[in-house]
Amino acid sequence: MSYTQILYPRLRELLDHDAQLVEVLPPGEYQELHLPRAINIPLKTLDAQSAAALDRARAVVVYCWDGL
Amino acid sequence: MSPRAACRLATLGFEQVYDYMPSKVDWMARGLPLEGENAGQPRAVDIARTDVVTCGLHEPLGAVHDRVTSSPYGFAFVLGPDGVLLGRLRKASLEQDPDTRAQDAMEPGPSTTRPDTPPDKLLAKLHGADLTTAVLTDPEGRLLGIVRRADLDGTAI
Repeated sequence: MSYTQILYPRLRELLDHDAQLVEVLPPGEYQELHLPRAINIPLKTLDAQSAAALDRARAVVVYCWDGL
Repeated sequence: MSPRAACRLATLGFEQVYDYMPSKVDWMARGLPLEGENAGQPRAVDIARTDVVTCGLHEPLGAVHDRVTSSPYGFAFVLGPDGVLLGRLRKASLEQDPDTRAQDAMEPGPSTTRPDTPPDKLLAKLHGADLTTAVLTDPEGRLLGIVRRADLDGTAI
């Protein structure tokens, strides 16, 4: 039960291999600007139900504003 | 915030979870495409010129001089491995002994600007510092291009 912290070069590789990109910021910030093809699951709503939108067979990459 | 989200997904049983730690700020600083209501706002990278002359550290000035002469600009940038910007060769520097290596004639560490800087802020910055050219690099220092003040204030020919 763990995850991996990555930088841009690894992100690029993962996106090239069909990874799912998830912005976890609030909806307003997502609507203003988000990475191409990212979906929005705000951290405050992240649970089993909202995560059901994700494909467990594919990599999932999460991001926020600056990682903090 | 993203580490907590990554941790939560892992606890929910997801086995391939990654946290892009530098997040949106890093993506924007690379001048990469964005989506959303504000995605159409202009950025410096959208108007950057990419035809500036570049050379390697060990290249003789004579060869660089010839390329600069046939370019629209009076200078060249010296790049290290992976295109990282290391120095600038102004016109006066290029008039030195043609066998001089670029690294021995360059001005090291040119000031740079983030590619996602809005053009109006970039113009104010250039005016404030009395500069004619902004140099855009990504977070690793790789050269992305330049923006001339004339491109921003409408005086470009």
